[in-house]
Amino acid sequence: MERKEWPLWEVFVRSKAGLSHKHAGSLHAPDEEMAISNARDVYTRRAEGVSIWVVESKHIHSTLETDSDSMFDPNEDKIYRHPTFYDIPDEVGHM
Amino acid sequence: MEQKEALFNYLIRLADNSAILGHKLSQWCGHGPELEEDIAIINTALDLLGHSRSLYTYAGKVEGKGRTEDDLAFLREERKYTNALICELPNGHYGDTIARQFLFDQFNYLVFSELVKSSDETLAAISAKAIKEIRYHLRRSIEWTLRLGDGTEESHNKIQESFNDIWSYTGDLFVQNELDKVAIAAGIGPDLEAIRTEWRKSVEAVLSEATLQTPDDDWMHSGSKSGMHTEHMGHILSELQYMQRAYPGAEW
Repeated sequence: MERKEWPLWEVFVRSKAGLSHKHAGSLHAPDEEMAISNARDVYTRRAEGVSIWVVESKHIHSTLETDSDSMFDPNEDKIYRHPTFYDIPDEVGHM
Repeated sequence: MEQKEALFNYLIRLADNSAILGHKLSQWCGHGPELEEDIAIINTALDLLGHSRSLYTYAGKVEGKGRTEDDLAFLREERKYTNALICELPNGHYGDTIARQFLFDQFNYLVFSELVKSSDETLAAISAKAIKEIRYHLRRSIEWTLRLGDGTEESHNKIQESFNDIWSYTGDLFVQNELDKVAIAAGIGPDLEAIRTEWRKSVEAVLSEATLQTPDDDWMHSGSKSGMHTEHMGHILSELQYMQRAYPGAEW
Protein backbone atom coordinates (compact mmCIF):
# COMPACT_ATOMS: atom_id res chain seq x y z
CA MET A 1 0.00 0.00 0.00
CA GLU A 2 1.29 3.43 -0.89
CA ARG A 3 1.86 5.49 2.19
CA LYS A 4 1.70 9.24 1.85
CA GLU A 5 3.68 11.11 4.47
CA TRP A 6 2.25 14.24 6.01
CA PRO A 7 4.42 17.31 5.40
CA LEU A 8 6.89 18.40 8.04
CA TRP A 9 6.31 21.59 10.04
CA GLU A 10 8.61 23.66 12.22
CA VAL A 11 7.12 24.79 15.51
CA PHE A 12 7.93 28.05 17.28
CA VAL A 13 6.65 28.68 20.80
CA ARG A 14 6.48 31.98 22.67
CA SER A 15 7.09 31.03 26.29
CA LYS A 16 5.57 34.19 27.72
CA ALA A 17 4.32 37.57 26.60
CA GLY A 18 7.19 39.85 25.61
CA LEU A 19 9.62 37.12 24.62
CA SER A 20 10.14 36.07 21.04
CA HIS A 21 8.99 32.79 19.56
CA LYS A 22 11.69 30.17 19.83
CA HIS A 23 12.11 27.09 17.72
CA ALA A 24 10.70 24.18 19.74
CA GLY A 25 11.05 21.35 17.24
CA SER A 26 9.25 19.86 14.29
CA LEU A 27 6.34 17.54 13.64
CA HIS A 28 4.14 16.07 10.91
CA ALA A 29 0.63 17.29 10.17
CA PRO A 30 -1.73 17.28 7.17
CA ASP A 31 -2.30 21.06 7.17
CA GLU A 32 -1.65 24.25 9.14
CA GLU A 33 -4.59 23.96 11.54
CA MET A 34 -3.74 20.41 12.49
CA ALA A 35 -0.09 21.45 12.77
CA ILE A 36 -1.08 24.00 15.41
CA SER A 37 -3.23 21.41 17.20
CA ASN A 38 -0.43 18.88 17.14
CA ALA A 39 2.08 21.50 18.29
CA ARG A 40 -0.18 22.26 21.24
CA ASP A 41 -0.33 18.58 22.13
CA VAL A 42 3.35 17.86 21.58
CA TYR A 43 5.06 21.02 22.83
CA THR A 44 2.82 23.04 25.18
CA ARG A 45 1.06 20.58 27.45
CA ARG A 46 3.16 21.56 30.44
CA ALA A 47 2.45 25.28 30.25
CA GLU A 48 5.51 25.93 28.07
CA GLY A 49 3.90 28.60 25.96
CA VAL A 50 1.32 31.28 25.29
CA SER A 51 1.53 31.41 21.50
CA ILE A 52 2.46 29.01 18.71
CA TRP A 53 3.74 29.62 15.18
CA VAL A 54 4.01 26.84 12.64
CA VAL A 55 5.61 27.01 9.23
CA GLU A 56 5.97 24.25 6.72
CA SER A 57 9.60 23.19 6.78
CA LYS A 58 9.96 23.45 3.00
CA HIS A 59 9.43 27.22 3.26
CA ILE A 60 12.48 27.68 5.44
CA HIS A 61 15.64 28.69 3.61
CA SER A 62 18.88 28.01 5.36
CA THR A 63 22.60 28.49 5.03
CA LEU A 64 24.72 25.70 3.67
CA GLU A 65 27.26 23.94 5.81
CA THR A 66 29.83 24.33 3.03
CA ASP A 67 29.49 28.12 3.34
CA SER A 68 30.25 28.24 7.03
CA ASP A 69 33.75 29.69 6.54
CA SER A 70 32.58 32.75 4.69
CA MET A 71 29.33 33.08 6.63
CA PHE A 72 30.26 32.51 10.24
CA ASP A 73 33.95 32.90 10.76
CA PRO A 74 34.73 36.63 10.65
CA ASN A 75 38.19 37.88 11.51
CA GLU A 76 38.21 39.00 15.11
CA ASP A 77 40.29 42.11 14.52
CA LYS A 78 37.43 44.60 14.76
CA ILE A 79 36.73 44.89 18.43
CA TYR A 80 34.30 47.76 17.89
CA ARG A 81 31.84 45.20 16.50
CA HIS A 82 31.35 43.89 20.01
CA PRO A 83 29.25 46.11 22.27
CA THR A 84 31.54 45.79 25.24
CA PHE A 85 32.39 49.45 25.81
CA TYR A 86 29.21 50.49 27.62
CA ASP A 87 26.86 49.08 30.28
CA ILE A 88 23.33 48.02 29.43
CA PRO A 89 20.84 49.39 31.98
CA ASP A 90 18.88 46.68 33.81
CA GLU A 91 15.58 48.21 32.70
CA VAL A 92 16.29 47.22 29.10
CA GLY A 93 15.61 43.64 30.05
CA HIS A 94 16.10 41.00 27.35
CA MET A 95 18.59 41.94 24.62
CA MET B 1 -34.84 9.76 45.94
CA GLU B 2 -32.95 11.69 48.54
CA GLN B 3 -30.92 14.59 47.19
CA LYS B 4 -27.59 13.30 48.48
CA GLU B 5 -28.18 9.97 46.81
CA ALA B 6 -29.21 11.75 43.62
CA LEU B 7 -26.05 13.84 43.61
CA PHE B 8 -23.93 10.74 44.17
CA ASN B 9 -25.60 8.87 41.31
CA TYR B 10 -25.35 11.90 39.07
CA LEU B 11 -21.62 12.28 39.75
CA ILE B 12 -21.08 8.58 39.12
CA ARG B 13 -22.82 8.80 35.77
CA LEU B 14 -20.56 11.66 34.68
CA ALA B 15 -17.45 10.00 36.10
CA ASP B 16 -18.24 6.68 34.40
CA ASN B 17 -18.55 8.40 31.01
CA SER B 18 -15.10 9.93 31.38
CA ALA B 19 -13.48 6.84 32.90
CA ILE B 20 -14.73 4.34 30.32
CA LEU B 21 -14.16 6.52 27.25
CA GLY B 22 -10.79 7.61 28.64
CA HIS B 23 -9.87 3.96 29.09
CA LYS B 24 -10.93 3.11 25.53
CA LEU B 25 -8.86 5.99 24.15
CA SER B 26 -5.87 4.97 26.25
CA GLN B 27 -5.81 1.71 24.28
CA TRP B 28 -4.57 3.72 21.28
CA CYS B 29 -1.34 4.39 23.17
CA GLY B 30 1.49 3.26 20.93
CA HIS B 31 -0.95 2.39 18.13
CA GLY B 32 -1.97 5.84 16.85
CA PRO B 33 -1.87 6.29 13.06
CA GLU B 34 0.87 8.93 13.39
CA LEU B 35 3.21 9.80 16.24
CA GLU B 36 1.58 13.23 16.68
CA GLU B 37 -1.90 11.74 16.62
CA ASP B 38 -0.89 9.11 19.14
CA ILE B 39 0.21 11.86 21.53
CA ALA B 40 -2.91 13.93 20.89
CA ILE B 41 -5.41 11.13 21.45
CA ILE B 42 -3.63 10.05 24.62
CA ASN B 43 -3.76 13.63 25.89
CA THR B 44 -7.52 13.41 25.48
CA ALA B 45 -7.54 10.07 27.29
CA LEU B 46 -5.59 11.58 30.17
CA ASP B 47 -7.89 14.61 30.33
CA LEU B 48 -10.92 12.33 30.57
CA LEU B 49 -9.32 10.16 33.23
CA GLY B 50 -8.52 13.38 35.12
CA HIS B 51 -12.18 14.42 34.99
CA SER B 52 -13.28 11.02 36.22
CA ARG B 53 -10.82 11.18 39.13
CA SER B 54 -12.20 14.51 40.36
CA LEU B 55 -15.76 13.29 39.97
CA TYR B 56 -15.21 9.91 41.65
CA THR B 57 -13.34 11.53 44.53
CA TYR B 58 -16.14 14.02 45.08
CA ALA B 59 -18.78 11.27 44.72
CA GLY B 60 -17.01 9.29 47.44
CA LYS B 61 -17.11 12.31 49.69
CA VAL B 62 -20.80 12.94 49.02
CA GLU B 63 -21.63 9.31 49.75
CA GLY B 64 -19.75 9.51 53.05
CA LYS B 65 -18.94 5.81 53.32
CA GLY B 66 -15.21 6.21 52.90
CA ARG B 67 -15.04 4.95 49.32
CA THR B 68 -12.10 6.36 47.36
CA GLU B 69 -11.82 7.16 43.65
CA ASP B 70 -10.14 3.77 43.16
CA ASP B 71 -12.93 1.91 44.97
CA LEU B 72 -15.48 3.55 42.71
CA ALA B 73 -13.52 3.12 39.50
CA PHE B 74 -12.30 -0.43 40.04
CA LEU B 75 -14.50 -2.25 42.51
CA ARG B 76 -18.05 -1.88 41.27
CA GLU B 77 -20.04 -4.44 39.28
CA GLU B 78 -21.01 -3.86 35.67
CA ARG B 79 -24.63 -3.10 36.51
CA LYS B 80 -23.52 -0.25 38.79
CA TYR B 81 -21.86 1.59 35.90
CA THR B 82 -24.09 4.13 34.21
CA ASN B 83 -21.79 5.45 31.48
CA ALA B 84 -23.41 6.04 28.11
CA LEU B 85 -23.23 3.04 25.76
CA ILE B 86 -21.34 5.06 23.15
CA CYS B 87 -18.36 5.33 25.54
CA GLU B 88 -17.84 1.56 25.63
CA LEU B 89 -17.94 0.90 21.88
CA PRO B 90 -14.81 -0.66 20.33
CA ASN B 91 -12.13 1.69 18.98
CA GLY B 92 -12.37 0.13 15.51
CA HIS B 93 -10.30 1.98 12.89
CA TYR B 94 -9.30 5.58 13.49
CA GLY B 95 -12.41 6.89 11.71
CA ASP B 96 -14.61 4.87 14.09
CA THR B 97 -12.77 6.39 17.05
CA ILE B 98 -13.08 9.92 15.62
CA ALA B 99 -16.81 9.50 14.89
CA ARG B 100 -17.45 8.15 18.40
CA GLN B 101 -15.35 10.96 19.85
CA PHE B 102 -17.05 13.76 17.93
CA LEU B 103 -20.56 12.57 18.83
CA PHE B 104 -19.57 12.24 22.48
CA ASP B 105 -17.47 15.44 22.66
CA GLN B 106 -20.36 17.48 21.29
CA PHE B 107 -22.64 15.99 23.97
CA ASN B 108 -20.06 16.34 26.73
CA TYR B 109 -19.35 19.95 25.78
CA LEU B 110 -23.03 20.93 25.92
CA VAL B 111 -23.57 19.12 29.23
CA PHE B 112 -20.51 20.60 30.93
CA SER B 113 -21.35 24.08 29.60
CA GLU B 114 -24.48 23.76 31.75
CA LEU B 115 -22.75 22.04 34.67
CA VAL B 116 -20.51 25.06 35.24
CA LYS B 117 -23.75 26.71 36.41
CA SER B 118 -24.74 23.77 38.66
CA SER B 119 -26.35 24.57 42.00
CA ASP B 120 -23.78 22.26 43.52
CA GLU B 121 -20.70 24.44 43.91
CA THR B 122 -18.13 21.65 43.85
CA LEU B 123 -19.59 20.13 40.69
CA ALA B 124 -19.63 23.61 39.15
CA ALA B 125 -15.97 24.09 40.05
CA ILE B 126 -14.92 20.68 38.68
CA SER B 127 -16.84 21.46 35.50
CA ALA B 128 -15.26 24.89 35.10
CA LYS B 129 -11.88 23.21 35.10
CA ALA B 130 -12.96 20.40 32.77
CA ILE B 131 -14.77 22.53 30.18
CA LYS B 132 -11.53 24.10 28.96
CA GLU B 133 -10.19 20.68 28.02
CA ILE B 134 -13.52 19.45 26.65
CA ARG B 135 -13.69 22.48 24.36
CA TYR B 136 -10.35 21.45 22.92
CA HIS B 137 -11.44 17.81 22.52
CA LEU B 138 -14.43 19.00 20.54
CA ARG B 139 -12.27 21.26 18.39
CA ARG B 140 -9.99 18.36 17.52
CA SER B 141 -12.73 15.88 16.79
CA ILE B 142 -14.51 18.43 14.58
CA GLU B 143 -11.26 19.09 12.70
CA TRP B 144 -10.82 15.38 12.07
CA THR B 145 -14.45 14.85 11.08
CA LEU B 146 -14.12 17.63 8.49
CA ARG B 147 -10.87 16.29 7.11
CA LEU B 148 -11.95 12.66 6.90
CA GLY B 149 -15.44 13.50 5.61
CA ASP B 150 -14.22 16.02 3.06
CA GLY B 151 -10.94 14.22 2.35
CA THR B 152 -10.46 11.39 -0.12
CA GLU B 153 -13.24 9.19 -1.42
CA GLU B 154 -11.99 6.38 0.78
CA SER B 155 -11.85 8.46 3.96
CA HIS B 156 -15.30 9.91 3.18
CA ASN B 157 -16.87 6.48 2.72
CA LYS B 158 -15.17 5.02 5.76
CA ILE B 159 -16.18 7.72 8.21
CA GLN B 160 -19.70 7.90 6.79
CA GLU B 161 -19.98 4.21 7.58
CA SER B 162 -18.59 4.87 11.08
CA PHE B 163 -21.28 7.46 11.76
CA ASN B 164 -23.97 5.14 10.35
CA ASP B 165 -22.76 2.29 12.59
CA ILE B 166 -22.54 4.34 15.76
CA TRP B 167 -25.68 6.41 15.30
CA SER B 168 -28.03 3.95 16.99
CA TYR B 169 -26.07 4.43 20.23
CA THR B 170 -26.61 8.20 20.34
CA GLY B 171 -30.23 8.05 21.57
CA ASP B 172 -29.00 6.51 24.81
CA LEU B 173 -27.12 9.75 25.64
CA PHE B 174 -30.41 11.60 26.07
CA VAL B 175 -32.59 9.05 27.86
CA GLN B 176 -33.80 10.52 31.14
CA ASN B 177 -35.01 8.75 34.24
CA GLU B 178 -36.03 9.56 37.82
CA LEU B 179 -32.49 10.77 38.56
CA ASP B 180 -32.69 13.44 35.86
CA LYS B 181 -35.99 14.73 37.26
CA VAL B 182 -34.43 15.20 40.68
CA ALA B 183 -31.23 16.69 39.22
CA ILE B 184 -33.12 19.16 37.05
CA ALA B 185 -35.44 20.18 39.90
CA ALA B 186 -32.48 20.71 42.24
CA GLY B 187 -30.52 22.62 39.59
CA ILE B 188 -27.70 20.07 39.70
CA GLY B 189 -27.69 19.32 35.99
CA PRO B 190 -29.41 20.18 32.71
CA ASP B 191 -32.50 18.81 30.98
CA LEU B 192 -31.13 16.38 28.40
CA GLU B 193 -34.08 17.07 26.12
CA ALA B 194 -32.81 20.63 25.65
CA ILE B 195 -29.26 19.33 25.20
CA ARG B 196 -30.52 16.94 22.53
CA THR B 197 -31.91 19.77 20.39
CA GLU B 198 -28.64 21.70 20.58
CA TRP B 199 -26.59 18.56 19.98
CA ARG B 200 -28.59 17.61 16.91
CA LYS B 201 -28.17 21.10 15.45
CA SER B 202 -24.40 21.22 16.03
CA VAL B 203 -23.79 17.66 14.80
CA GLU B 204 -25.80 18.26 11.63
CA ALA B 205 -23.88 21.46 10.92
CA VAL B 206 -20.48 19.76 11.23
CA LEU B 207 -21.50 16.66 9.26
CA SER B 208 -22.93 18.77 6.49
CA GLU B 209 -19.75 20.86 6.30
CA ALA B 210 -17.85 17.57 6.18
CA THR B 211 -20.05 16.56 3.18
CA LEU B 212 -21.48 13.72 5.28
CA GLN B 213 -25.06 12.58 5.73
CA THR B 214 -26.55 12.79 9.21
CA PRO B 215 -28.01 9.30 9.72
CA ASP B 216 -31.76 8.99 10.32
CA ASP B 217 -32.99 8.60 13.86
CA ASP B 218 -34.20 5.04 13.63
CA TRP B 219 -34.33 2.42 16.38
CA MET B 220 -31.96 3.31 19.22
CA HIS B 221 -30.10 1.26 21.82
CA SER B 222 -30.67 2.32 25.42
CA GLY B 223 -30.26 1.03 28.95
CA SER B 224 -27.07 2.64 30.27
CA LYS B 225 -28.91 4.78 32.81
CA SER B 226 -30.14 1.64 34.55
CA GLY B 227 -26.79 -0.13 34.20
CA MET B 228 -27.65 -2.24 31.15
CA HIS B 229 -24.62 -2.35 28.87
CA THR B 230 -23.41 -3.69 25.55
CA GLU B 231 -21.48 -6.94 25.36
CA HIS B 232 -18.26 -4.88 25.28
CA MET B 233 -18.58 -3.61 28.83
CA GLY B 234 -17.74 -6.88 30.59
CA HIS B 235 -14.50 -7.17 28.64
CA ILE B 236 -13.57 -3.58 29.44
CA LEU B 237 -14.13 -4.06 33.15
CA SER B 238 -12.30 -7.37 33.31
CA GLU B 239 -9.20 -5.63 31.95
CA LEU B 240 -9.71 -2.39 33.83
CA GLN B 241 -10.34 -4.04 37.19
CA TYR B 242 -7.91 -6.92 36.97
CA MET B 243 -5.11 -5.31 38.99
CA GLN B 244 -7.29 -4.06 41.84
CA ARG B 245 -9.09 -7.38 42.09
CA ALA B 246 -5.94 -9.51 41.89
CA TYR B 247 -3.96 -7.25 44.23
CA PRO B 248 -6.49 -5.42 46.42
CA GLY B 249 -5.24 -2.01 47.52
CA ALA B 250 -2.27 -2.07 45.13
CA GLU B 251 -0.74 1.35 44.64
CA TRP B 252 1.95 2.84 42.44
